[in-house]
Amino acid sequence: MSAIVQDKEKGAMAPVANSSIERSAAYYRLKADIEDFYYHEADLLDDRRFRDWLDILAEDISYFMPIRRNVKFGQHATRENTRIGEGISWFDEDKWTLTKRVEQILTGVHYAEEPLSRISHMVSNVQIKAVRPNPEQPAEVDVISRFLVYQNRVEYETYTFVGRRNDTLRATQGTTQANWKVAKREILLEQNILLAKNLTMFF
Amino acid sequence: MAVKSDFDQLVDLNRGFISREIFVDADIYREELDKVFTRAWLLVGHESLIPNPGDFYTSRMGEESVILCRDKKSEIHVFLNSCRHRGMKVCRYESGNTSLFTCPYHSWTYTTDGKLQGVPLYRSLYDGVLDRDANSLVSVARLCNYKGSIWATWDKDAPDFITYLGDAKVHLDQALDCRDGREGGSEVIGVHKWVFPANWKFAAENFLGDTYHNPSHRSVDMIGIGPSAAAGKKGRRDDELEKAQHVWISFPEGHGVHSAIQPDANEYVESFLDNPVLEQYFRHCFEERKRRLGEQAKLLPFVGTIFPNTSYHGRQPRGLCAWHPHSPTSTEGWRFFLVDKDAPAEVKDYLRRYYMRYSGPAGMTEQDDMENWLYATAASTGTVARRYPFNYQQSMGAFATDHPLGGEVSTQITEQIARGFYRRWTTYMQGGDWNELLGAPAGNRQAAE
Repeated sequence: MSAIVQDKEKGAMAPVANSSIERSAAYYRLKADIEDFYYHEADLLDDRRFRDWLDILAEDISYFMPIRRNVKFGQHATRENTRIGEGISWFDEDKWTLTKRVEQILTGVHYAEEPLSRISHMVSNVQIKAVRPNPEQPAEVDVISRFLVYQNRVEYETYTFVGRRNDTLRATQGTTQANWKVAKREILLEQNILLAKNLTMFF
Repeated sequence: MAVKSDFDQLVDLNRGFISREIFVDADIYREELDKVFTRAWLLVGHESLIPNPGDFYTSRMGEESVILCRDKKSEIHVFLNSCRHRGMKVCRYESGNTSLFTCPYHSWTYTTDGKLQGVPLYRSLYDGVLDRDANSLVSVARLCNYKGSIWATWDKDAPDFITYLGDAKVHLDQALDCRDGREGGSEVIGVHKWVFPANWKFAAENFLGDTYHNPSHRSVDMIGIGPSAAAGKKGRRDDELEKAQHVWISFPEGHGVHSAIQPDANEYVESFLDNPVLEQYFRHCFEERKRRLGEQAKLLPFVGTIFPNTSYHGRQPRGLCAWHPHSPTSTEGWRFFLVDKDAPAEVKDYLRRYYMRYSGPAGMTEQDDMENWLYATAASTGTVARRYPFNYQQSMGAFATDHPLGGEVSTQITEQIARGFYRRWTTYMQGGDWNELLGAPAGNRQAAE
């Protein structure tokens, strides 16, 4: 990730926390815009508007959830997570496959989601890590966030999925609100052995 | 503890009923761990997970944590993952490479061949008392590297693994051998591990060859997710066996398979149409296999379960599963995904994507299996529910015992494979000797039933 480092002599606020982007008015507007986008996305999923959700995914989306492994101290960077494009992960897929998942739910006979689960997505800790080319004209933004996904299924089944998302969002045209598309999503679920019978939901 | 005759009542194969108690009862479950899981051969892993000396991979056998490792001399071992001193797990990493397993509790250390090496303050605290050799990591009684897959048993009296497999061997071979007919040559490209609230036997039985549960996969069949789905074919996989005679076989050792026999012409059925490279590759493999194996190439695999808890998918999507019991109503599923080690990169890449969308908790097909297993378990725990046994009367008596493939061969969808599985499960639960566990002569067996 290459953050855009603004020229400090312009007098804007110095960058804080773990993003080196200067805290300009444009930055804060962009951040609010992206947060709105995430809340909108959560609503689409939790309202079961799955086809509408597909529409906010870029045609070339990479949707990836590695399997997390217990490794020795010092090996986390290289060995903790399964890698995109290699071997087996929970998800390492494209829009075709995500579309199939939506189509499957919409058959009404995908019994692992029939009857449909009740699901709530909560998104927090949204931080912009990089903006290309700049916050005033954002074409592509790298954003990290945390998620908490609660699922209640049929009567007694409940699952809580907590983790991080590393996204790349793409502005489809200009900077108009809600015109973002998810171009890349890496989902880091904070579990080793999956403590759930299924991953029928989207993250 | 249930007595011997109880099991004959719980598993009534003459009438075709099996009590729900064996799927939900806590006492029967404890007995299963003792009488089935300490005796039968269990799948532990695959040699490709530990390619180099010092490599280890933590696995499970029943409820026990075990370490699969390759020692300095490249010999493969399986040990109970528990220190001999106070039982702490000596390894809590999933995999890695080491020269020693050091217990975090009191720092006893073990070498990769299981020997107790380091005991802090040995001279002043233990000299002359502690026998290091007698305090090695607990090793399995027998271990077998079968075409790369690693199996083990805690029973020193167990027969060798090939004997244990019996006539199911040629079917398991189809999952482990190269697509072009060369022996072995597979590698594991990843492992799924997840916990689901169902009795382990639902999963084992599902893979024995329960073809009857097809309707539960209607959603994937409608949308099409197979290797020719993008090319317009519906279904969850290509019907590579469309010209073949399907066979469902129950083996006396408790194993069960669903395989298929190609007609004499043994022609390739178009599969993998999404990608011309794959289509060409698999067609080539099919022809090579025919050339290598001749008549024997007519046998093609589908699915099967090696008693008690190892299942395989032999073709699309290929892999081995271990159903590790957690409790009467909870199971940890492991799926080892297999490819030919020397398959082209493009083939491996396509297969892994297909495996992920098909299999396991994130797989569009198997999600529906888990739903079935969960709610079948949940709806069988009630006092009233337990009074009503499951019905296993499908295709009663519709099998041949003189088929060249051995076992009880059916050419129609049948629960004979399930009946055979529970027949043998009963023998284990009754503490049968190994002759009986391998399936006593037919005459005796019928008399016993």
